[in-house]
Amino acid sequence: MDFNQFIIMKHELLLTITVMVLLVAELTINDKKRIIPIAISLFGLHTALGFFWNESGALFGGMYQTSELIILMKNILNIGVFIVLLQSANWLRKPENFNKISEYFILLFSTLIGMNFMISSGEFLMFYLGLELATIPMAALVAYNTFNQKSAEAGVKLILSAAFSSGIMLFGISLFYGQFGSTYFQQLSMISMDTPLAILALIFFLSGLSFKISLVPFHLWTADVYEGAPVNITSYLSVISKGAAVFILTILLFTIFRTMVEVWTNIIYIIAILTMTIGNLFAIRQQNIKRFLAFSSIAQAGFILLGIIGTSSLGMATVIYFMLIYIFSNLGAFGVVSVISDYSGKENIDDYNGLYHSNPKLSLVMMLSLFSLAGIPPIAGFFGKFFLFTAAAEQGYYWLVLIAVINATISLYYYLIVVKAMFINKNDTPIAKIKSDNYARFALVICVVGIFIIGFFGSLFEYINHLSFGI
Amino acid sequence: MEFSYTIYIALIPFAVFVINGLFGSKIKESFTGYLGVAGMVVATYLSYFTAYHYFFKVGKAVDGAYQKVIGFNMEWLRFTESLHIDIGVLLDPISVMMLVVITTISLMVHIYSLGYMKGDKGYSRFFAFLSLFTFSMLGLVVATNIFQMYMFWELVGLSSYLLIAHYYQKPSAVAASKKAFIVTRFADLGFLIGILILSYLTGTFDFNILCNPEGPAFMQSSSAVFLGLSTMGWALILIFMGGAGKSAMFPFHIWLPDAMEGPTPVSALIHAATMVVAGVFLIARLFPIFAIVAPNALEVVAVIGGFSSIFAAVIACTQTDIKRILAFSTMSQIGYMMLALGVSGYGAEAGLGFMASMFHLFTHAMFKALLFLGAGAIIHAIHTNNLSEMGNLRKYMPIPHITFLIACLAISGIPPFAGFFSKDEILVAAYNHNQIYFWVEWIVAGLTAFYMFRLYFGIFWGKEKKYDHTPHDAPFSMTFPLIFLAIASAIVGFIPFSNFVTSDGLPFDIQMHWEIALPSIGIAIFGIIVAFVFYKKESDLPNRAVASFGSFYKYALNKFYFDELYLFVARKVIFKRFSSPIAWFDRHIIDATMDGVATITNYIALKIKGLQSGQLQQYASVFVSGVLLLIVIFIYLISV
Repeated sequence: MDFNQFIIMKHELLLTITVMVLLVAELTINDKKRIIPIAISLFGLHTALGFFWNESGALFGGMYQTSELIILMKNILNIGVFIVLLQSANWLRKPENFNKISEYFILLFSTLIGMNFMISSGEFLMFYLGLELATIPMAALVAYNTFNQKSAEAGVKLILSAAFSSGIMLFGISLFYGQFGSTYFQQLSMISMDTPLAILALIFFLSGLSFKISLVPFHLWTADVYEGAPVNITSYLSVISKGAAVFILTILLFTIFRTMVEVWTNIIYIIAILTMTIGNLFAIRQQNIKRFLAFSSIAQAGFILLGIIGTSSLGMATVIYFMLIYIFSNLGAFGVVSVISDYSGKENIDDYNGLYHSNPKLSLVMMLSLFSLAGIPPIAGFFGKFFLFTAAAEQGYYWLVLIAVINATISLYYYLIVVKAMFINKNDTPIAKIKSDNYARFALVICVVGIFIIGFFGSLFEYINHLSFGI
Repeated sequence: MEFSYTIYIALIPFAVFVINGLFGSKIKESFTGYLGVAGMVVATYLSYFTAYHYFFKVGKAVDGAYQKVIGFNMEWLRFTESLHIDIGVLLDPISVMMLVVITTISLMVHIYSLGYMKGDKGYSRFFAFLSLFTFSMLGLVVATNIFQMYMFWELVGLSSYLLIAHYYQKPSAVAASKKAFIVTRFADLGFLIGILILSYLTGTFDFNILCNPEGPAFMQSSSAVFLGLSTMGWALILIFMGGAGKSAMFPFHIWLPDAMEGPTPVSALIHAATMVVAGVFLIARLFPIFAIVAPNALEVVAVIGGFSSIFAAVIACTQTDIKRILAFSTMSQIGYMMLALGVSGYGAEAGLGFMASMFHLFTHAMFKALLFLGAGAIIHAIHTNNLSEMGNLRKYMPIPHITFLIACLAISGIPPFAGFFSKDEILVAAYNHNQIYFWVEWIVAGLTAFYMFRLYFGIFWGKEKKYDHTPHDAPFSMTFPLIFLAIASAIVGFIPFSNFVTSDGLPFDIQMHWEIALPSIGIAIFGIIVAFVFYKKESDLPNRAVASFGSFYKYALNKFYFDELYLFVARKVIFKRFSSPIAWFDRHIIDATMDGVATITNYIALKIKGLQSGQLQQYASVFVSGVLLLIVIFIYLISV
């Protein structure tokens, strides 16, 4: 490998080095708390480096590939992970986590390496390896609170259902290989056809990835796992993990499955309607804020499908753009939930009653994030949804857009329930005034700035649009 | 780009608004005022610099005509290739002139408010909104496209609403702010429809394309005729409706007198010098279309303008609240500007009316702001608006007295003060177009001189009234703007305006038309003499004059009962006949349907909760069923 090839794999290699450094640090540093700033600053450096000295190209005979678009996706994920790390700093300092601080970072970075490989894969095996690398350490992370029964249960549930879905997906991949005799994306995108066997393979494959994005009816693990996992892992799952899967799904559908576009748009059509509607219907009734956000994130994933179904370069651009906005909005909401859960241990929507009177700033951030998720202009979320709907409407899916609009209205209702709890409902024993740590504050500031700026920063969308491609 | 810095002229007031608005309660109160003034000083400097640069350096790059220059442009929302909304800065003679007017008046009002608002509870809020207004108004005049203009148009309306309701504990102020907002909003509905029709016909929002009526955008414009006017004509009349609303033209004038409930500096800035002339600016901006494509629509502008000017002048003679007199006078003067636009043609000499209108806008801004600020100084000193409670104030307040006198001379059209020159051009343009307009405006000139000097003599001469405490002269922060504006009112008439601002950008020279100027000076002096005789000393002459007018006086005093008429139409006809049935339908049909949907949604949500059992086996079986279902649908039912 010459130096140039190192640059092509920069994101993965840097992360691997970070993991190595942390392993050594774990052995040499006695005061484990000091690992937190080291890990966060190392990752911050990695995030920053992600924007410079990038090169496109392919390695290992096409098994690994990268392009400006893929680098952008990785950078978006990096930003999200950076925010998650900032939000988890205070939680990690708690005595019960004392001995496993570096584990947290190492496992989390491993999953991120997996996701990066998954997005960069140029071949099915590589893709599968990346996917598994992203999943297995994730189960360990979900079960991070080992002595908490719910957390352990969630870990087991995740690993079992993930194994189940990978099995089905692998079956689909093998059928694909059996039909066309190749696992390389570049070849497949030229030779694939819509034979019944290929469609069977497509459905198996799609259901496997739908599991990762938690699309209905492959979503049932989501609520239990999200509720059981520590808050920061939940936010990581609902934003980063989901985002990576959305990115690769979009790329694959737009390349190797493009000959089957008529089939998969119909499948996505059905799944989109189911996902939006079921996600919303479940979200309405939730009492636990984490479960609530879990179902709301299912519904959001349904909206994202509207961009994919657009099948144009505008569609792809809106998917990426929406993911970017979604990262800031959802992490904003999760950031507040994590702060409150850290300091008061409360996770029910009822507990948020009267929050505005004791913690006005947190309530405002939460409100802003929820408004952005609901898509209220002029915040970024509005533009994201608006472009998604435009992309679908451009292809003539008016009914789908109509259903999406109705669902957006329903979602507004339950987002407002939380806002109402914070601002209007009275509470005799409100959550006491919280003085949050600097890490969490910094994370929330990033989210708020992101929510505000992206909507008005038109050239960003232009940039994404210029990188995107359609069928 | 040479003019890209012009964006900061608008952005600086915006930044001030954000700082004062967000942190106004945290920082020291007096600091908010100084910050506002400092921001305006920079913005004013920048706009003077722009004006110098534009008029003397680069404006006439081609053919000796002033060009439209795009100083800054940013694509904000892109819907399709042709449909996109930009935000930018368009510089041409009228927008550069407006930049100068707005920043000058706003700076003066900011300085003045330092003294006037001192000790007020909403001090920092006031300055924040003042900056918001300035930002909106600047954004409006530099708009590169009609959509941007519309957005800032509404922002201007919003900030006017916020400022009129500054004393929000006073029910009358709240009512006035609502009235101003609703009336102008109603007119803006016409504006919006007009914009939509216009852009539908031409396929663009861009002023650069719109203002080129020979261009391709107008080639295939529809020739459909509705009620004797082309579609384009209707679009322009609807747009004019929006302008008439903001500029308080008849029949949308009813909000302006009530808007005087706001603090006096606000009246000076918004309801005299800047916002109310937005309507005139709008017509001027779209003037090439009006003049070339739909001269009929322009005739409507002239008629409305002419009628408004005499209508308001008659009412102004009867009012006793000094700010309301000034409000009606504003309406009357804007009527002049509208009329001038309406009688103007396109092109150098034919465009005399256009140039005169802009000239009058410019001079009027100076002396009307001065009148309001002077009135504010008086109200500040003796705490009343009522003319009958004033008298002989000249010995207590020398500077307001002198400056007010200069302003009165200027608005009455006495040479060599500013109003004389601009009004003379308007009268010449009216005379060339149609003599009826000329004679109407000639009478208005006399009425103007009469009611202005009625005000002047009533306040500063006459019998001394009992005051709560001895009236004191205003502080320097208030007298400085008065002196500055008085000097401006005295000299800006000598600016060779036709060399800078013309309908097509080509400068031309104007001559003095003494055969028009002399009669107008004559009637103005006549008006002043009548006022002198009536009001210099207390006498029963005014009452005798009133008696001779009989019930006409009563009608004028009650503003010809337009408020009552509108209230009747709104309450008895619209609310009762239309609104309440619609409200019933909304409550019992629409709401009930929505409630039903909500109930059903909730019910389903409750029922399907069981699907989420927490059992992994069940999750897997749902997963597999989903896969199988998709296979059945897509392989057996569709493909085969």
